Amino acid sequence: MAIKDYIRERFFPHIWCPGCGHGMVLNALLRAFEDLAISKNEIVMVSGIGCSARISGYVDVHTLHTIHGRALAFATGVKMSRPELNLIVPMGDGDALAIGGNHFIHAARRNIDITAIVMNNRIYGMTGGQYSPLSGYGTLATTAPFINIDHAFDVVELAKAAGATFVARTTTYHVKQMSELFKEAILREGFSVIEVLTQCPTYFGRKNKAGSAVDMVKSFKDNTTPVGSKAKLESPGLIERGIFVQKDLPEYTREYDKVIERAMKKR
Amino acid sequence: MAKPKLKEHHINRDWCKGCGICVEFCPKKVLELDKQDKVVAVHFTNCICCKLCELRCPDLAIEIETEL
Repeated sequence: MAIKDYIRERFFPHIWCPGCGHGMVLNALLRAFEDLAISKNEIVMVSGIGCSARISGYVDVHTLHTIHGRALAFATGVKMSRPELNLIVPMGDGDALAIGGNHFIHAARRNIDITAIVMNNRIYGMTGGQYSPLSGYGTLATTAPFINIDHAFDVVELAKAAGATFVARTTTYHVKQMSELFKEAILREGFSVIEVLTQCPTYFGRKNKAGSAVDMVKSFKDNTTPVGSKAKLESPGLIERGIFVQKDLPEYTREYDKVIERAMKKR
Repeated sequence: MAKPKLKEHHINRDWCKGCGICVEFCPKKVLELDKQDKVVAVHFTNCICCKLCELRCPDLAIEIETEL
């Protein structure tokens, strides 16, 4: 199938701003679907609220647009009832780690087979540029006009600590890597977290004088390095991208099947 | 594998928002924005069909058709 077969063309052009990184995530995700030649009937995309959450409206698979931060909880419900489906949960940084922080760590801890995509643009774009838990110390936002004194989460470290069995990071500059990571995450069993650094030229970019969408995408190229590279030792400020965790642990719905089996034997 | 040969740049002007990402990251500087801030394949003879524009477009507005 061509990538256009996976979208709902009637909703295009989409609502995202010119140069928004979320469109690039959508693009990479569609290419992952195409490469895997996966049927639309096998995919369920569940999203919460925010610019990022709009992504589920544009893909022609099974989609749920749910409540803020709770996309993973809804996805857990779908996966428990229909374990054969591929669950993909695209979330924004605020949706995943502020409002949905608890759902995020507990889904990771259970190792339920869901692909969680954190589209990290470091701001709440839809509501007017408030700072998020990933904005980081020293940034500016509508709600931090002088300076933001909150330190940011490191999504990779958080996901690792919470027990996710596949953790990766990429950026919108590295679109081919992004597609590859999506494919890997979809194919493997267990809770996968992929953080994608995306640009919000409208709010984060303007507030922090980061320039145009093009400048922001370039900065992802300049400020990141492959995980374990020499460059990181020389300039510790670089953000690593690539796969950080890849391990096999029993998957939640399979374990739950065992519980059902045990319970039935006792009857 | 033989080099892919360009057939056509399909540009959806209704979907293009003129962000300039494809223009900037084209390795052969094939693309430009016109007066209406829509992308145009001005130097299409230089296109090497790497499809980086197509892969990076946030609006799914550009597609490279190659000859088989």
